[in-house]
Amino acid sequence: MNRFGLLTVAVAAVAAIVLPFLLKPFGIYLISMWVVLTIAAIGLNLTLGYAGQVSMAQGAFVGIGAYAVALLTAAGWPFFPAFVIAGLLCFAIGWLLGYPALRVQHHYLAFVTLAFNTLVFLVLRNEEWLTNGTYGIAGTERPHLFGLSTDGARAFYFFCLGMLVLLAAATWWMLRSPWGRAFVALRENPIRALSLGLDTRRYTLMAFALGSTLGGLAGGLYAPLVQFIEPNSFSLNMSFNLLLMVIVGGSGRFFGPFVGALIAVLLPEWMRIAEGYYLIIYAMLVMILMVFCPTGVLGLVEKLFKPKKPPAAAAAPTLKAEATSR
Amino acid sequence: MTAVLEVDNLSKRFGGIVAVDNVSFTVNDGDILGIIGPNGSGKSTLFNCVLGQLMPSEGRVRIDGRESTGMRPCDLNRLGVSRTFQLLQVFPQLSVRDNLILAGQEHQGSMATRLFGRPDAGLGEAADQMIEFFRLSHLASEQAGMLSYGQQKLLDAAMAFMAGPRLVLLDEPAGGVNLTMLGLLRERLQAYHAEHKATFVVIEHQMEFVMALCTRVLVLAEGKIIAEGAPEEVRRNPAVIEAYLGH
Repeated sequence: MNRFGLLTVAVAAVAAIVLPFLLKPFGIYLISMWVVLTIAAIGLNLTLGYAGQVSMAQGAFVGIGAYAVALLTAAGWPFFPAFVIAGLLCFAIGWLLGYPALRVQHHYLAFVTLAFNTLVFLVLRNEEWLTNGTYGIAGTERPHLFGLSTDGARAFYFFCLGMLVLLAAATWWMLRSPWGRAFVALRENPIRALSLGLDTRRYTLMAFALGSTLGGLAGGLYAPLVQFIEPNSFSLNMSFNLLLMVIVGGSGRFFGPFVGALIAVLLPEWMRIAEGYYLIIYAMLVMILMVFCPTGVLGLVEKLFKPKKPPAAAAAPTLKAEATSR
Repeated sequence: MTAVLEVDNLSKRFGGIVAVDNVSFTVNDGDILGIIGPNGSGKSTLFNCVLGQLMPSEGRVRIDGRESTGMRPCDLNRLGVSRTFQLLQVFPQLSVRDNLILAGQEHQGSMATRLFGRPDAGLGEAADQMIEFFRLSHLASEQAGMLSYGQQKLLDAAMAFMAGPRLVLLDEPAGGVNLTMLGLLRERLQAYHAEHKATFVVIEHQMEFVMALCTRVLVLAEGKIIAEGAPEEVRRNPAVIEAYLGH
């Protein structure tokens, strides 16, 4: 990362710490929602942006994680074991969802995952004995950390922010490891990757499982944040919204989900000054961005600030004459 | 001489079309075998059957005496078999250095140890040496997609050697490469062969390249072997002249 990037991250970190002291409760709720959805979008960015596996089911994993935590804490489990179970459950289901990706790709895979999202939605709505159906589940308890309650809006925001930092750091570290390189290889050229010894089957399943785990952990924070969950929150809309965050922020770029979630959570709220037109304006802004900058906001920033240099081929030194004469 | 690759009575049919028809040959340690033939003669299908991309309809393939028919390409690679493809197959968004590290990383430890190990999988120095060997040092940190076609061909070949393979199969390495790069590529392949005593199988249309590089040539036509021998011998073979060289 260059100096400009580091400075931007530092400013954003300071803003994330200072903002909750300047905002009213609804503002704190919104930035908490940004934090939670950023975690889910980081997961989707891993599956889609880095490993190139199209998933339209991230919303379903947020739902599975949210219901797991809500049901387990309602049954008397402490938050943290319930949170870990939510992540493990989504890892296992994500791994299984990866199997179709071994046979189908691109828009066919999109439809498979879309069908999975619908399946999860129907289970959440119809299996009332387990999920309470359309009546939903209210009042998921917020955790206690080192004896301190996170019941207050500000305390819970900082708890979520801490989780985001931890999970983002773990993802960053993994992407810097040979696994990150393998995920990119999977996206760019799976046939060549296979010929270089990469077990593409295992990496594909791992990309789905890890991305889904992050979705589930985001769900585990979503339930105590909103205090009321019901199946409609985890319908296809949630998955489309998370996809929008990844694409608008910059797919395959580490900070893309942070920016994308910021736009998708906050921009509609800022647009409310336009009253009834706010969603129309929001939709138009997103369309304009996608037409003129399909690489997302971070792609645009890179294009604007990247130093211009000649193409590599032109920079190559002249090869020795001996090479031509052989 | 030890046989590195043995192909016995290998056939591949696609419905009623016989792409490879009962082909048998052996590649010994240190050989550079050239496989030539016109388009549609079954060269690439033969490669794909040997390398696990396609399952042969009949016949067997052995690597170092070990049965490898139908083995997955990634498992074959771990046995020491590497390849390049007819069309360019580099990872355009990774740097030249990362392309080379990627080409060797799966040979370092297990999947779990790679996650907790060094970001370069301990291959940084080896990658730099390979970059130097293939005269790509000035491009080490460039994205592979920014390189010229010829430079990408060099990188493609370098990637095939990164894991120190026992057997390398090169599918048209000279295809579309200008004369300058062609000379450099041939010279580097010869240098690698001399230094590491590696075993190559090369599919190529560029006859001068084949004649200068290969120690033995095998000619395919309509899926069958019609001639085999030293390059000069094959060049003088009337059937080959008539069918493939044209004059």
